[in-house]
Amino acid sequence: MPDETSTTGATIELENLTKRYPGSSAPAVDNVNMEIKAGEIVIFVGPSGCGKSTTLKMINRLIEPTGGRIRIGGEDVTDIDPVKLRRKVGYAIQSAGLFPHMTVAQNIGLVPRMIGWSSSRIRARVEELLDLVGLEPGEFRGRYPRQLSGGQQQRVGVARALAADPPVLLMDEPFGAVDPITRDHLQDELIRLQHELHKTIVFVTHDFDEAIKLGDRIAVLREHSHIAQFDTPEAILTNPADDFVSGFVGAGAALKRLNLTRVRDVEITDYPTVTVDDPLQSIFDRLRESGTNEILLLDRRGRPYKWLRRGDLMRARGSLARAGTLVHDTVTRDATLRDALEAVLTDNAGRVAVTGRRGEYTGVVDMETLMNSVHELLDADRLEAMEHQHELEEARTERTHAEQEGGEEEAAR
Amino acid sequence: MDFWDYLGTQHQQLLTDAYQHASAVFQCMVVATLIGVLIGVVTYRSGWAGNLATTATSTILTVPSLAMIGLLIPVVGLGVPPTVISLTLYGLLPIVRNAIVGLRGVDPALVDAARGIGMSRTMRLLRVELPLAWPPILTGIRVSTQMLMGIAAIAAYASGPGLGNEIFRGIASLGSRNALNQVLAGTLGIIVLALLFDAAYVLLGRLTISRGIRA
Repeated sequence: MPDETSTTGATIELENLTKRYPGSSAPAVDNVNMEIKAGEIVIFVGPSGCGKSTTLKMINRLIEPTGGRIRIGGEDVTDIDPVKLRRKVGYAIQSAGLFPHMTVAQNIGLVPRMIGWSSSRIRARVEELLDLVGLEPGEFRGRYPRQLSGGQQQRVGVARALAADPPVLLMDEPFGAVDPITRDHLQDELIRLQHELHKTIVFVTHDFDEAIKLGDRIAVLREHSHIAQFDTPEAILTNPADDFVSGFVGAGAALKRLNLTRVRDVEITDYPTVTVDDPLQSIFDRLRESGTNEILLLDRRGRPYKWLRRGDLMRARGSLARAGTLVHDTVTRDATLRDALEAVLTDNAGRVAVTGRRGEYTGVVDMETLMNSVHELLDADRLEAMEHQHELEEARTERTHAEQEGGEEEAAR
Repeated sequence: MDFWDYLGTQHQQLLTDAYQHASAVFQCMVVATLIGVLIGVVTYRSGWAGNLATTATSTILTVPSLAMIGLLIPVVGLGVPPTVISLTLYGLLPIVRNAIVGLRGVDPALVDAARGIGMSRTMRLLRVELPLAWPPILTGIRVSTQMLMGIAAIAAYASGPGLGNEIFRGIASLGSRNALNQVLAGTLGIIVLALLFDAAYVLLGRLTISRGIRA
């Protein structure tokens, strides 16, 4: 939950932003125009050397643009003192960039100290931030960076970037140097943080899967930071603007699309269930009246326990102890469809039980439901993309009309 | 008269000489450190300036100390001035070189991070770069001090202060009863002082190098 004092995001507008290095004919970043809404996560993704990092560093003017304007929250920051600008813009980089000679608390407290907070306020803020990024303050406050794992360092790096509560957060491949499992955790953490903080985050990565997972919108950049497509992950997956984008999306766009939808968003079928306390006879009856071949046995807390088939019951002979197949795998309602598909594919009967927060049974997802939902999703995406394109075209024709009319009027005068 | 008797009768004079020796080296080291680090800070960002500073200071080091003091006498006279000037000049090289190497060795990503979170150039230097370059600079200071301990003995040639007087007196009266004792007392005194200074630097390192970067 956002507390009253925390600053939420600000808009970022880039207008004709250009960076030209002396001695090279082609600009490194060529005329970038972009509007980033307050509170959204925008991902810059593209091959190495495409200028995505340069573009990011121009937002806090670590690299001075040679042309164009930058506006943050409506204020033109292209010519203000860069030191002042950077204190309002959080910055997190690959392998955290923590200062090794300072403790975790000193690292996090740097920016607040520079802008003149009292030491008691800084101490309280450090505790709050360590809590926020999931590190126990008592344990970690006094540690030095080298006493932390890569993932922990990265968390401290994010905490430092957030220290003075900036409206904007720039992240330059922050999770590039940690192992895949830790990276996955950190990504989840960032999503959780953003739910609480609603900052405007610009995030650079070359990993398209990371972009899909984190981004509200993704800007796919090609060389000289030309924007190949700037849209939602869904739109980019289902309707890539050109060959460059589809090449970058890579094979398996439909599979990646599954990551964007949760089990709770699709239809969950209800299955006949019985509990372990039911007498055998009533289980028989239940199975008979359900008309299915199979029934799900729940344990005393309502959690999926065993799949029972007709044949199993015949052989049970009065005891359920050895009858049926144990439930190996379940998915929660928050799992992605991809996780669900994985579970369904590995299950020998092609279905998986869905559980609620405490592991209690809520329904079943099977192959058929999954296929139907995926088709529906893709169709919907396609429709939306077409409408979107249509709108764009309409807007374009209107503009041309208006220009032509304007031109005629001027000519008439 | 054996060596211990000599120490017994002369300890007053020896302690005074030792104190003056240590004091001269210490004060020259403070000045050399300030100037050396300053030269390092000013030049490390540019390739040629840094190299020029290192070359210039190492050229000074190639001048024999006796010649240096001899050359300074007609300019600044006898006594303390030529001693202080030559000691400071000799002390510069290791400090300048290590300051430049240390400052250049700071991970550029950290400097980038420091800029990125809004540190001004001065703050970057004082809070990030110098603390990180401090261990090599301190090593430079240690090396300089050891070197100056020996060179300071030559200062007696220009009637400077210190244990060198003891050595020169002994050399001047070779063959006399106390000649060997004098040379021995001066030399051993310098060795003891050098060890004491080194111990002090170890302690200083413990106190000033952050636990986060201590080896």
